[in-house]
Amino acid sequence: MKTPFINCAAAIISKDLRAEFRARELVSVMALFALLSILVFSFALELDRQAREEAVSGVLWVTLIFASLLGFNRSMAQERDQGNLDALLLAPVSRAAIFVGKLLGNFIFTLIVGLAMLPLMTALYGLALLDGWIILTTALGTFGFATIGTLLATMTVQTRAREALLPIALLPIALPFLLTAVRATKSLLSGAPAAEWQGSLGMLAAITVIYLVLSLLLYEYVLEE
Amino acid sequence: MEAERKSLALDLRIDTSPMPRLLRALTVITALAFAGTLALGLRVAGTDIQQGEIQRIFYIHMPSFFGAFTAFGLTVIGGVIYLARKNEAWDRIALAGVEVGLAFSLINLLTGSIWARPIWNTWWTWDPRLTSAAIMCLTYAAYLMLRAGIDDPGKRRAFMSVYGILAFVTVLITLFIIRIVPETIHPVIVGASPQNAQGGFEATSGVVIALLPSLLLWLTLLPITLIWHRVRLEARIEALNRLKLQALSE
Repeated sequence: MKTPFINCAAAIISKDLRAEFRARELVSVMALFALLSILVFSFALELDRQAREEAVSGVLWVTLIFASLLGFNRSMAQERDQGNLDALLLAPVSRAAIFVGKLLGNFIFTLIVGLAMLPLMTALYGLALLDGWIILTTALGTFGFATIGTLLATMTVQTRAREALLPIALLPIALPFLLTAVRATKSLLSGAPAAEWQGSLGMLAAITVIYLVLSLLLYEYVLEE
Repeated sequence: MEAERKSLALDLRIDTSPMPRLLRALTVITALAFAGTLALGLRVAGTDIQQGEIQRIFYIHMPSFFGAFTAFGLTVIGGVIYLARKNEAWDRIALAGVEVGLAFSLINLLTGSIWARPIWNTWWTWDPRLTSAAIMCLTYAAYLMLRAGIDDPGKRRAFMSVYGILAFVTVLITLFIIRIVPETIHPVIVGASPQNAQGGFEATSGVVIALLPSLLLWLTLLPITLIWHRVRLEARIEALNRLKLQALSE
């Protein structure tokens, strides 16, 4: 008898949340990395008032994607190193439920980091990043990263050179997410007409849905044996 | 001696058969057809009034993208069937599709770049379609990197089938972005060109005479023949590796 889909996914999420609440391994590392990355960008690009408007959405998304790479690697490596991956494979649960559980866990952690970055960057750069639509774009973009990140991290964590392979596998596939998210954020920040950012946001949503469906269908094949 | 070698070949599942007659025929036909389409593009088609001789590169540029489309499409088919049946032959097709498709899409980028230099006055611009074509190439380059990084053959085949299917989304984005994102300067020859397109020309009967055969060749014969050769090569590489392992263990 199989455990119902929702119970299984919920159990994995609550396990991830509890582990994170106790150990604070993922979010703290990702957040610290994000903070450092923002500082590095500020110094490297010498962001003055005018340059900021142009560059801030790029800084936001590049930081988020690298921070999420760290998080996805860690999250799947924990599953493997502590033997939980094998246990999950032995349990009578559907692979798609494991995927949804890990995906939502990864999404929550990345979103926390993303949402923490918005007020921080608002304060540092003096731009109105705390806008409802920008928050929605952040949520959608991080969900997209988490979708392919969870699938690809499950693959790369089972290989020998695992930490090195995830960026190579993930970055090219994540570029469409990155492009549309950066465009939407940039148009929102510059107060462009609604049609401009709605187009990018719509494309971001469409790409996310395509990859979500593909990942749900394909996940069982990356978790075999 | 001969019998011994045959039995060894059988043991290691080495493909000792000569090139199939169909493949031989395909190779000759493809080579002749390629020469034919070149002649059509370079000789028969008229010179473009506005762009001059450089416009002729189009007869390779657009067909090479569709050749990549066929090759990457075969990767998807190979991946799906491999995941369903676990037959190695389909994984070889998927790998061959990526290599041939990557070569074709590099030809596509290169010819586009050569055309853009006189027409757009730049080798490269961050136009939506150029960007998505570059992303496509990078994704398939990542496929080869990732493939080389996975040791376990069973896992490698399964994972790369999955990646090959995912990667095809970038091909579709490249194909359709021109119709979605209006600010592209990349011209559309078949159908209405975007408003900002620069360097378009009309698909007159002279253009079609050179374009259509070239397009058909790149869509079908060229990728299929090359992939077939590559699949045979891959089967031999795998057999050679088995032979090496056996020699080492003895």
